[in-house]
Amino acid sequence: MASAETPMPSPGTHDVGAEAQHHTSTGLDNTKMAMWAFLGSECLFFGSLISTYLLYRERAGGGPAPHEIYDIPYTSVSSFVLLMSSLTMVLALAAIQRGNHRAMRVWLLATAFLGMTFIGGQIYEFTTFYEEGLSLAKSPFGSSFFVLTGFHGAHVTVGILMLLGLVGMSLSGKIQRSDARKVEMIGLYWHFVDIVWIIIFTVVYLIPS
Amino acid sequence: MASVALPQRRGLFARPTATKGFWSWIFTVDHKKIGILYGATAFFFFLVGGTEALFVRLQLAQPNGQVLNANVYNQFFTMHGLTMIFLVVMPMGVALMNYLIPLMIGARDVAFPRLNALSYWIFLFGGLFIYSSFFLGGAPDGGWFGYAPLSRLQPSHGMDFYSLGLQILGVASLAGAVNFIVTIINMRAPGMTLMRMPVFIWMSLVVSFLLLFAMPVIAVALFQLMFDRLFGANFFNPAAGGDPLLWQHLFWLFGHPEVYILILPAMGIVSEIMPTFSRKPLFGYAAIVFAGAAIGFMGWGVWAHHMFVVGLGPVATSAFALSTMFIAVPTGVKIFNWLGTMWGGSIRFKTPMLFAIGFVAMFVIGGLSGVSHSIVPHDAEQTDTYYIVAHFHYVLFGGALFGIMGGLYYWWPKIFGYMLSEGLGKLHFWLWFIGFNLTFAPMHILGLQGMPRRIYTYPDGMGWNFWNLIETVGAFTIAVSVLIFLWNVVLSRRRRMEAVADPWDARTLEWSIPSPPPEHNFDEIPVVEHRDDWWYRKYTTKPSGEPARVYAGGANGHDGEAGHGIHLPSPSYFPIIAAIGPVVIAYGVIYHVWPVAILGAVTSLVAFFGWVLEPQTAEEHH
Repeated sequence: MASAETPMPSPGTHDVGAEAQHHTSTGLDNTKMAMWAFLGSECLFFGSLISTYLLYRERAGGGPAPHEIYDIPYTSVSSFVLLMSSLTMVLALAAIQRGNHRAMRVWLLATAFLGMTFIGGQIYEFTTFYEEGLSLAKSPFGSSFFVLTGFHGAHVTVGILMLLGLVGMSLSGKIQRSDARKVEMIGLYWHFVDIVWIIIFTVVYLIPS
Repeated sequence: MASVALPQRRGLFARPTATKGFWSWIFTVDHKKIGILYGATAFFFFLVGGTEALFVRLQLAQPNGQVLNANVYNQFFTMHGLTMIFLVVMPMGVALMNYLIPLMIGARDVAFPRLNALSYWIFLFGGLFIYSSFFLGGAPDGGWFGYAPLSRLQPSHGMDFYSLGLQILGVASLAGAVNFIVTIINMRAPGMTLMRMPVFIWMSLVVSFLLLFAMPVIAVALFQLMFDRLFGANFFNPAAGGDPLLWQHLFWLFGHPEVYILILPAMGIVSEIMPTFSRKPLFGYAAIVFAGAAIGFMGWGVWAHHMFVVGLGPVATSAFALSTMFIAVPTGVKIFNWLGTMWGGSIRFKTPMLFAIGFVAMFVIGGLSGVSHSIVPHDAEQTDTYYIVAHFHYVLFGGALFGIMGGLYYWWPKIFGYMLSEGLGKLHFWLWFIGFNLTFAPMHILGLQGMPRRIYTYPDGMGWNFWNLIETVGAFTIAVSVLIFLWNVVLSRRRRMEAVADPWDARTLEWSIPSPPPEHNFDEIPVVEHRDDWWYRKYTTKPSGEPARVYAGGANGHDGEAGHGIHLPSPSYFPIIAAIGPVVIAYGVIYHVWPVAILGAVTSLVAFFGWVLEPQTAEEHH
């Protein structure tokens, strides 16, 4: 973003993204550093939400309690789906670094599809819980559960929009091999959201209260 | 491949090209213009927040005051706090950071110019959003700290504007923090190593990290409040098992780093002013840098000293009391650094230096009353009295605002190209200094006499009448001094005392270029060889230790005309468009009008696609 110059990658060399394109004090790419800083901030965001959940998970207020309502096998499957999307994301980045645009688009779409499957699963889960009597307003447990997992779902949704945006840009020729950094940035975000889910799945679903 | 790729970089729209006039400000991505916009907006809010304070003081000037009723009083003191913290001191710091960071580290702009513009517009719209509540049924009225469960029960929409408005301002702060972190770490001129950076840059870096990690915590608390108030959630509802202490923990886990977010930029400013007007290098540069970083870390471990009387238990309370006493140590280190800088210097008492010395003196008083809070039994006596109000005004007004005012006088010639009148400046300082102490020093006494905070009136015969009247007189004295500052700006501009590049004989890189700086900042990116590099290009040290002028090497070779070949980022339509979205979403959420909220989301989404797709540079116009 900061630099208007985009030098040609010299033919035959392995293009590792944009590190070589920018002259920076540390040699690290500006956008990548910004993304890491942003993800550091996100750690505190989800940390606060998870802390709130841990404070409130015993407070079911007469409504459904965590162990009564969680369907661990079901959520394990959707967690597996989300984790696989990190694999397809890596494959998409590897594809553009090799200059294979078609493979990149396929893997990006696969990643977005896996993400949408996860979101579909979450919508189904929320609906089921609601029918079983757990709502945002039911109890502090319900409030903290829906807001924590809901914000995670919102993050996945933003990721899906960015993935589809990348595919669209690629189709209109706006992603060159030298732009692999753009794919890498969105990949960083996507992996972060996956890692957060591993923590949420462990803390919220697996550890018994 | 490049020749094929070039036309493909064209987006849907061309980029705007105006370089002068109204539209050049609206679509600018130049860090200097954005800095001026931040400063002007913050100063406007300073006048508004100050007016609210004057009304508060009028109401309290006499017992049984009739100026404001209880409801309006609650709105005014809440909005005074929110305004001064989020719409004045924070953005004033950001204004100077925006203007100065690239100039001080030898860069042509920040790392992400469009993100920088986005931060400003989100900040402006967020501030106007909160203020629109006055016309929509009442402003926030639960205190700037918004304690639950009161904040979830207040009947007007005021606290909804609080939760969503601060959320919007937080987005602006977060984007700014990311931008400044990357700029300072990655955009330094050759030779500008970390330990050669001006202290203001160091403090900006620490503040940016504090913002980066503090903003998400308050974001969660504000979201929880929003879900409680607008969607029936039970985060802070004791009747349903919710815990009001959760709000206090999240709020102060943000709120205490926030205190350092407010004060560290002023400490950086003073660390620039002191050496210039003492004609000595800063005493103990490394110590002041590490003290600033130490404050940044320790600031995360003291938040519960705001909660000593809620019953955390003796262990937690003792631990936080100790950490609070310890954090006074790095602060004290800085005080001695500034005193050591002045010691033995040939001090010139120009207006910026007066404000800097005033900062040190007033901040010491505020710091000492702060240490008295860390003694838990003492704190139990002071909690919720005017003693607390006295303390935080001594650190935030006597500290942060004194520093910022000094910074404005110091960098005004650089930013606007003309000198402010010294005579009016000194009059401003002395009235401001006397008015400040008249207003806030008696609050110590009233607090110890037991006058509670946040009461809208008090009966006769409590023994509080005299000092309250003095405080009101003091508040209006401050108001007069601010008017003198405004008069100074207007009059000096008319007199047109042109500023030379380096009017103060200063030390850092921003003084090596013309006043005001050309759009591209530096004709050639400087190569830095020393801390205070500009000083050592002007002076060499005699064997006696005194500086001697280097006549040949002092010229900077800048005429501001050589920048034609330099490519700067083009202006952009999309930051201001993208910034409209969050406010529209917030109105939609508050009034549960979902089409409006969706419209706001779509606006921002479309703007971000335009942002990604727009061409890198404008078409060449000649």
